[in-house]
Amino acid sequence: MTDNSLSAGVFVMQPQSTLPGVISRPLPAARLRAVSPPAPLALAVAMLVLAMPPVVRAAEISDHPVSSGYLKGKIQYCTYCHGSSGQGYRGYYSMPRLAGQTPEYFINQMRAYAERQRQNRYMYTAAHGLSPSTRSALARHFAGLHPGANEHGPRGAAGEGRRIYQEGLPNSNIPACAACHGPEGQGSGQNPRLAGQLYAYTQKTLANWKAERTSGGSPGPASIMEPIARSMSTSQQAAVAAYLGTLK
Amino acid sequence: MKLIRTTIALLALASSAVSAMAFDREHKSLGQTFADTNCSWCHGPSLQGFTTAPRLAGQKAEYIQSQLLSLKSHKRDNPLARQVMWGPAGTVTPEVARELGAYFSSLDAEAANDGRRELAGQGQGIYQNGSAGANIPSCAVCHGPDGQGAGAIPRIGGLSYAYVKRQLEQWGQGYHASAAFPMPAVARQLSAADIDAIASYLSFVR
Repeated sequence: MTDNSLSAGVFVMQPQSTLPGVISRPLPAARLRAVSPPAPLALAVAMLVLAMPPVVRAAEISDHPVSSGYLKGKIQYCTYCHGSSGQGYRGYYSMPRLAGQTPEYFINQMRAYAERQRQNRYMYTAAHGLSPSTRSALARHFAGLHPGANEHGPRGAAGEGRRIYQEGLPNSNIPACAACHGPEGQGSGQNPRLAGQLYAYTQKTLANWKAERTSGGSPGPASIMEPIARSMSTSQQAAVAAYLGTLK
Repeated sequence: MKLIRTTIALLALASSAVSAMAFDREHKSLGQTFADTNCSWCHGPSLQGFTTAPRLAGQKAEYIQSQLLSLKSHKRDNPLARQVMWGPAGTVTPEVARELGAYFSSLDAEAANDGRRELAGQGQGIYQNGSAGANIPSCAVCHGPDGQGAGAIPRIGGLSYAYVKRQLEQWGQGYHASAAFPMPAVARQLSAADIDAIASYLSFVR
């Protein structure tokens, strides 16, 4: 079911799903009225995006119970890299914040790693042995964590990042990030929470978008990001990443 | 007269060159001066490590700083730390720690090559991939694919087999690390065989 409401020239992206029982929280349109209306070109791109076919496999959040000892071990396994409260950690590689992440996005990524649609040898190792019910239990666990603010990137760039996040880059056909990821970066359904994400992780993810994703199989929900990431300059990516790192 | 003037000129040049060389030889950094006088006795004249004292050469500057300060505060409390390092670390100020970090990190590091060769392959597997079944994370994601470290996370490639083995064992026994998480918990996940293999592998990593 797709529900597009245009109010004060601002549109709301709804997560698209065809399976029953899938949680999808629509973004409250009222909170978006303060955002300035996107330029006609960006609006056209957004309309085109909304017209794209729905995702082939939406996230299924399972309620099957998982043995608590097993789950505890798995949660701890995740936290070694992602931080004791899932806040993320900058090691040699940047392990992203998992705390507060939307369950649908979490589950989709775990499946993408396990099926090698998203390329990461370490996450493949971690994810490919997990059952759907375990993935769901982990998703629920991390969704409920709310640690404090993370280390952030250069504060100076955050101002420009905020502008890009809220208004997009019409000249580059880039819609406002806020339209899908929420006015405060909180995410919704398959669209991930970005608020409080590690600066280094956001930056490298935008920079390496295509390199991380194979074209095999059905195009996942992430394919919408490919032209967006490609059209942003390195400094624009860094600015948005810096801004997102400051959000709670 | 001309010969005398030429000779004087040549002598002046030569002596200034000699004194310049002597000046360069003595112009050591604060870190090097401190290390030569205090650290090399145990850690080796080239700071590559010696018996139980680990290699300091080529270590991450931030890690050196954090360890010196955690030895000073007695946070790092394994038996050898207590016996050998608490005393010297007491004399280290944050400024000295910074200088030592800068100096050590500038030095080339040699691999200890003293692990058990037959375990190195297995150790490499655990180091690079961890073990999902046993909930052991990959060491490489934090310490780097070549054990090179990052920021305050130590470079562990090439460290002595006995040293790495001891650190991992002692965390499993409840001795404290400077950072409460994650190393003690990770070490508790490792079996004795895992530790033996990882420590062996790392000793050969350049």
